[in-house]
Order: sequence, then structure tokens, then C-alpha cells
Amino acid sequence: MDDRRRSFIRRAGAAALAGALPTYAGRSSAATRAHVLVVGGGFGGATAARYLRLWSEGLVEVTLVEANREFVSCPLSNLVLAGERELADLSFAYDGLRRRGVRVVHDTVIALDPVKRAVGLLGGERIGYDRLLLAPGVDFAYEDLPGLQAAPAREHVLHAWKAGPQTLSLRRQLAAMPDGGVFAITVPLAPYRCPPGPYERASVVAAYLKAHKPRAKILVLDANAEIVSKKGLFGKAWAELYPNLIEYRPNCELRDVHAATRTAILDFEQVRADVLNVIPNQRAGELARLAELRLVNQRWVDVDWRSMESTSHPGIHVVGDATFAAPAMPKSGHLANQQGKLAAAAILELLAGRSPSPTPVLTNTCYSFLDARNAVHVASVHRYDAGQKTMLPVAGAGGLSVARNEFEAKIAAAWALNIWADTLA
Amino acid sequence: MKRLHFSLVALACLTTAWSVAAQDDTLARNLVATCANCHGTDGHAVKASGMEALAGADAAKTLQKLHEFKSGVRPTTVMQQIVKGYTDEELALIVGYLARQK
Repeated sequence: MDDRRRSFIRRAGAAALAGALPTYAGRSSAATRAHVLVVGGGFGGATAARYLRLWSEGLVEVTLVEANREFVSCPLSNLVLAGERELADLSFAYDGLRRRGVRVVHDTVIALDPVKRAVGLLGGERIGYDRLLLAPGVDFAYEDLPGLQAAPAREHVLHAWKAGPQTLSLRRQLAAMPDGGVFAITVPLAPYRCPPGPYERASVVAAYLKAHKPRAKILVLDANAEIVSKKGLFGKAWAELYPNLIEYRPNCELRDVHAATRTAILDFEQVRADVLNVIPNQRAGELARLAELRLVNQRWVDVDWRSMESTSHPGIHVVGDATFAAPAMPKSGHLANQQGKLAAAAILELLAGRSPSPTPVLTNTCYSFLDARNAVHVASVHRYDAGQKTMLPVAGAGGLSVARNEFEAKIAAAWALNIWADTLA
Repeated sequence: MKRLHFSLVALACLTTAWSVAAQDDTLARNLVATCANCHGTDGHAVKASGMEALAGADAAKTLQKLHEFKSGVRPTTVMQQIVKGYTDEELALIVGYLARQK
């Protein structure tokens, strides 16, 4: 979200809260069914909306507020950059949820009153709720990068870290890059959305360049001390498949960008690229700030893992990448989907006057492509630990692929079809 | 009076049994939801994905498979790692719930 829009939202939000909201507080007297409002239609929010309808057998009313008309899957979007998939293959309308009886509203929440249990939308509508579920996703910390303050600069130096128009723009930049050119990709400090994602991107773009622009190079400028996820598997693939094509530099924190010349400004050097792909530092989406939820490190929403409720605002559930992750829990679409179901189950218990399950379980499986035909996975299982009051990875469970293989590339494609359906169908 | 007393006790027992069963069913439902990302909602995998349909699958057969993943008798890429995150009681709940899906 750009600053202009954000400041407008602040002003409009304040006005809405001061004026119109109280009128719409609470629920209409005619309504007898519980109403859950979900804000954010990514993997977490959409899954929660779907399962609230499924598991209540239609008895709970669900409204989903999402600005975008289409869900675009980040998983597999790196293959679009490599020319191996079309973005349209990863894009879905919200018709499936509508068929399940979810009221889908394409709008933006600009005001939120947790006491009166109502939100105000940019389009003017006010929506009351019994319980609120927020799936804010991530925002980019552009304040860290003065050279990317202006919108035109951000059109030039892309993130493509939210699949959509930026994915297509970056694809065009790569296609237009001369043979012998340099594609530089900057990796933000962890935690960020999809830990193996930047390295998968480097891998599949390398496969594209190897075939079409064999003299080109990829520079991975990583703010972290080492490859954050699947280190051994990526390292091996790069050495064996892309020798002299991918150059990896750890401890390269991006300080600024000179957008016009596509230059990454690091502590001790400046790196000029033909295509510069900056994945900025990240924090919970604006919605978390609007709701004034307790944040950890001023960035991520602190939640009670038994119900996914904000620790500062019981009654407001938060799922997905915006949450302050439990130990060894990545920010992944798979986990956002799982958290959506955990939250849906907890909400239904709470609406029935019962306690949520004291021992929730979450799993993660995350596939990365190394070229169009080979993939690897990392998996984990997480259980609630009452003593430490957080989710902990189950010792002995989970792990990595032994080696890259073609079978798991097929499984990754099958995974995508099933998680998309489990989220949206 | 004695008879009424008996009925109340029976009713209480029935209620308890029902609520335990309901709790187990909710637990099973929640556990199966953790499988759905790859195996489809309630085991109804998307046909085009080629994933084996677990909905309606014979509970004993599915359970045996899961135990073979756990022991390593049946080598896999990911299931042998994930199955170790669940207790045997949970696996029994999962296969029972999947078998009941149509």
C-alpha cells in the first residue's frame, strides 16, 4: 500500500469511526445466526471463510472482505517468471466461496471498532460481526528504502512478492534483458513470506537464462548470513545445474536503491543490474495496525495458538503471514491455510460457548522447484505446548527431500491443485 | 421412583457417551483438515491432481499404510516425515473419519 493511500485510509478511517460507525454497531435485531467477518482473502482468510461455512453446515453467516477480485497464488508464481506457467493458471475468482454461501465483498476496511464490533469500508458500507478474523498478509517496509518511496520507482524495481501484475512485469523485464545481462535479487532479513521463495526464484530463472540467455548472470544479495531454507539442496542444485550462473553473496543487507540505474546500494558497495528485483523487509499488513493489535518487534501479530486470537484483542482472530511465528514455523501459504482451519474450528467452539481444542496440530509442506522438472520439499508438524504456550515442532517429525527429483515436481503440482481447492472451491 | 432414578442415570451415561463421541468426531475432523492441503477437503482429492482418494477408503487399510510410513517399511518422500507428528490414537481417528466420508 502506498503512503498516499495509507494516509487517506487513516483520515477516512478516523472520520468513519467518529461519525457513522456507532449507528451500525452490533448486529441487526432480525439476525439470529452468528456472523463471522473475515477480512483478507488469501490462503488464510479464504480457507477460514470456507471452513466456517462447511463445518457449521451453513448455520454461521460469513462475510469475506477482500480488495482484489481474484486470488492469485504466490506458490508456483516463480514458474511464471521462468515462462513455465501462465499467471492465469494461478488466478481464481471467489465464485467457489460464493457458492458456499460466503458473502464476498470487494472492498477495503478503513475503520475498525472492536468494542462495537463493526468495521467501515472504503466504499461506505458498515459491517457488524460477532467474531472477526483478520488475514492481513504482509506489507513491505519501504520506509527502509528511501529510493523506493515514489510509485514510479516501484514500477521500475519490482518485488513480485505478491503474485499478480508485478509477476507479469518482472517476467517482461527478464524477457527483455540482454544476453550477458545481470539479474540481481535481494533477499530480506528473515522472517519474511515464503523462506525458500527467493532461492527458488533464483533457481527457476537460472533455468530460463541457461536456455535462452546463456551469458547472463544471477546475483543473489542475501541480507541473511546464509540461505534461509533448504540450504544444502539449493547449494547443490546451483553448483551442479547452474555453475558460474548464480553468484550467492550472504550478509548483503540492502541499504537503499537507485531505481533509475537499477542499482542496489549495500554497506560497502553498489551493485548495478539489468534487472533488479528487490524483495523488501516485511511486517504484518496495515490491517493489524488499524486494529491496534499487539505486535512483536513492532512487526508481527502476537496470537494465542489455541484459537489464533490476538493476545491483546480476544475475539479478533488473526491468521497467516501477519502472525508472529511460533518456533521453526515458516510463513507459508500452506500454514496460512492450516491456521485458517484452526481458527474456524476455534471460532465455532467459542460461538457454541465451549472452549477451543487445547491441543491443536498444524503441518507444513513446502515445495520448491529447482528447474521446471525437479523439486524438493521441507515439511514439519507443529503441536501446541501448554507449558510454553506456543506451537512447537514435533521432534522426529518433518524433514527435507534427500535430493532433488522429478517425482516431487509432480507432487508439487498436485499439492497446488488440492490446496487451491481446499482454500477456494 | 427407582425406575425413574435408573432412567436418569442411563440418560446421563448416554449424554456423556454422546458428548465424548462428538468431541472425538470434532477432533478427527480437525486432524483430517491438516491432511486436506495435499489430499483434498475431507479426503476428496481434486481428480486432476492424481492424488489417491482417501474419502471412503477402508479404515484398516489406510491405517496399515500410515503405520508402514511411520515404521519406514513403505518408503515415501514426505509422508514418512509427516506421519511421525501424529500419535497412533490420532491416526486411528483420522482413518475412521476418512472412511466415513462419501
